[in-house]
Amino acid sequence: MKAVGILMLPAGWFLVLAAIVLFPNPALCGAFVLVGFAVEALGLGLTFRSHLIPREEKR
Amino acid sequence: MATSKIPELTALACIFFIFLVPFAAAGLTLMNVGLGRSRSAGHMMMASLSALAVAAIAYFAIGFAWQGAIGGPAHVLSFSGKSWNWIAAEPFFFRKLSFDGSATSLTALLQMFSVGLAAVIPLGSGADRWRLRAICLSTAMLAALTYPLFAHWVWGGGWLAQLGINYGIGRGFLDAGGASTIQAVGGLTALAITWILGPRRGKYSADGMAPAIPGHNSVFVLFGCILALVGWIGLNSAGAILFTGGEPSGAALIAINTTLAASAAALTAAFITKVRFGKPDASLTSNGWIGGLVASSASCAFVSPAEAIVIGSIAGTVVTFSIEMLELRLEVDDPGGSISVHAVGAIWGLLALGMFGQFQRPVFNLAGDNLIGLTSGVASGQWLAQLIGVATLLGFVLPLTYVANLVLNRFYPYRVAVEGERQGMDLHELGAGAYPEFVTHTDEFLPR
Repeated sequence: MKAVGILMLPAGWFLVLAAIVLFPNPALCGAFVLVGFAVEALGLGLTFRSHLIPREEKR
Repeated sequence: MATSKIPELTALACIFFIFLVPFAAAGLTLMNVGLGRSRSAGHMMMASLSALAVAAIAYFAIGFAWQGAIGGPAHVLSFSGKSWNWIAAEPFFFRKLSFDGSATSLTALLQMFSVGLAAVIPLGSGADRWRLRAICLSTAMLAALTYPLFAHWVWGGGWLAQLGINYGIGRGFLDAGGASTIQAVGGLTALAITWILGPRRGKYSADGMAPAIPGHNSVFVLFGCILALVGWIGLNSAGAILFTGGEPSGAALIAINTTLAASAAALTAAFITKVRFGKPDASLTSNGWIGGLVASSASCAFVSPAEAIVIGSIAGTVVTFSIEMLELRLEVDDPGGSISVHAVGAIWGLLALGMFGQFQRPVFNLAGDNLIGLTSGVASGQWLAQLIGVATLLGFVLPLTYVANLVLNRFYPYRVAVEGERQGMDLHELGAGAYPEFVTHTDEFLPR
C-alpha cells in the first residue's frame, strides 16, 4: 500500500502535466488539473494510511 | 531581473534585506530547541548549525549549478513547439559567477541563506531521534538536488515560471518570498523524514492514547517567533525584488503584510486554543505565528494589508487543526509542528495568491532568455498556475525527497538506537548535556 500511495503522487502530477500540454482551453485544462490533483490527494491519503503504526508496535 | 546589473540603490537595499534572512533560521532553530526535550537541546542546536554549514557548502558546490538564475544557461526540452526549461546548466563551484552587484550574484547569496533555512525546517520533525550524521547526509541531498531543482522551476526561469508565457496560464507560477521553494520543500521533506523515522518512543501507546510530550522552554519558542519575523521581512522583500521585479519602495507594504499575516495567524491560533482548551496554548500560538509568516511569503507583494489579515487568519486556523490531525489521527509525530506550519501553511499561501493576488505593477517572469514584463491588473488563470505549482510539490518533490531519504536511510540508518533515545541525544551523540547543572530526569513517558 505504501508503494502504491507513493506512486500515485507522480501519477497525478503526470496528469497535470498532460493537461497543460493537451488542453489549450483553460476550463478543460483546469478540470484535468483538478483530476490530477485528486489522484495526488488519493495517493497522499494512502501513504498516510500505510504509515499508521500497527497496534502491536505501539509502545 | 536577468543577469544584468541592477541599479545601485536597489542592489544595496537587496543586500540589506538578504543580510536579515539568517535571523529566520535562528528563529526556527530556537523554536525547534524549545519545542524539543531538554536532554536533546544541545543536539538540536548542533544539528541546526551543521545543517546550515552542509547546506551552504553543498549549494556552493552543486546546488547553484542546477538552480541557476533567470536568464542563465539551462537545459530545455521541447513539447509541441513550447520550450520547457527544466534544469540550469551553470558550472559547479560558482565558477563564472562574477560578484559585481549583478542580480545573479545577489540571487546566489540569497539562495545560500534560503537553502539553509529550508534545511533547518525538517529538524523540528526529527527531534529527539534523528542522528547527526544522517541529518548532514539528508541536508546535503536537499541542498544539492531537491531544493535547486524546484527553485529553478520557480525562480530560475523554469517551466513553472514559463506557464504564463507558454500557455497563457496567469503570469506563470508566482512565489515572491519562497513559500514553495523554501517552506513547502522543507515541510514536505519534514513529512518524509517523520515517515522514515517513525514516532518517538512512548508517543503512541497500545491503548490508543497519544500523550503530549511538552517542549522544555517556551521562552525560546516565543523569542524564536520574534527573530523569525525579522528574517521573514528580509526574505520576502529580497525575494520580491529579485524574482518578481519589485522596487525597494515596495518593501514597506511587504513588511506590513508579513507582520499582519503573522499577527492575525497567532491571534487566531490563540483564540482557537482558548476556546477549545480553556487557555491559550503558547506552543500552538507560536506555530500559528510562523504559519502566518509562511503563508504571507508567496503573496506579500501582491495583496492589500486587509487581505494579508484574512490570509493570516486562515493560516492560523489551518495550522492549528492540521497539527492536531497529524498527531492524533494520522499518527505523525512532529514535535516542532514543521509539517503543518511549513508545508500546509505554504500550500495555503500559494493558493491564496491565486485567489487574492492583484497586480498593480508589471510582474516579471521569464521566458527563454527574455525578461517579459506582463501587464498589470487581475491575472486570469493565476489560480490555475498556483494549483499546478502545488500539484508539482505534492507529485514531484514529496516522492523525490521520500525515496531519496529512504535510500540514504538504507545505507546509513537515520534513527538513533533505543539506548540513545532513552539517554537523550545530547549525551548519546555529543557526550555532554546542554544543561549540565540540571538534574537529568528519567523518561516519564515510557512504561516502567
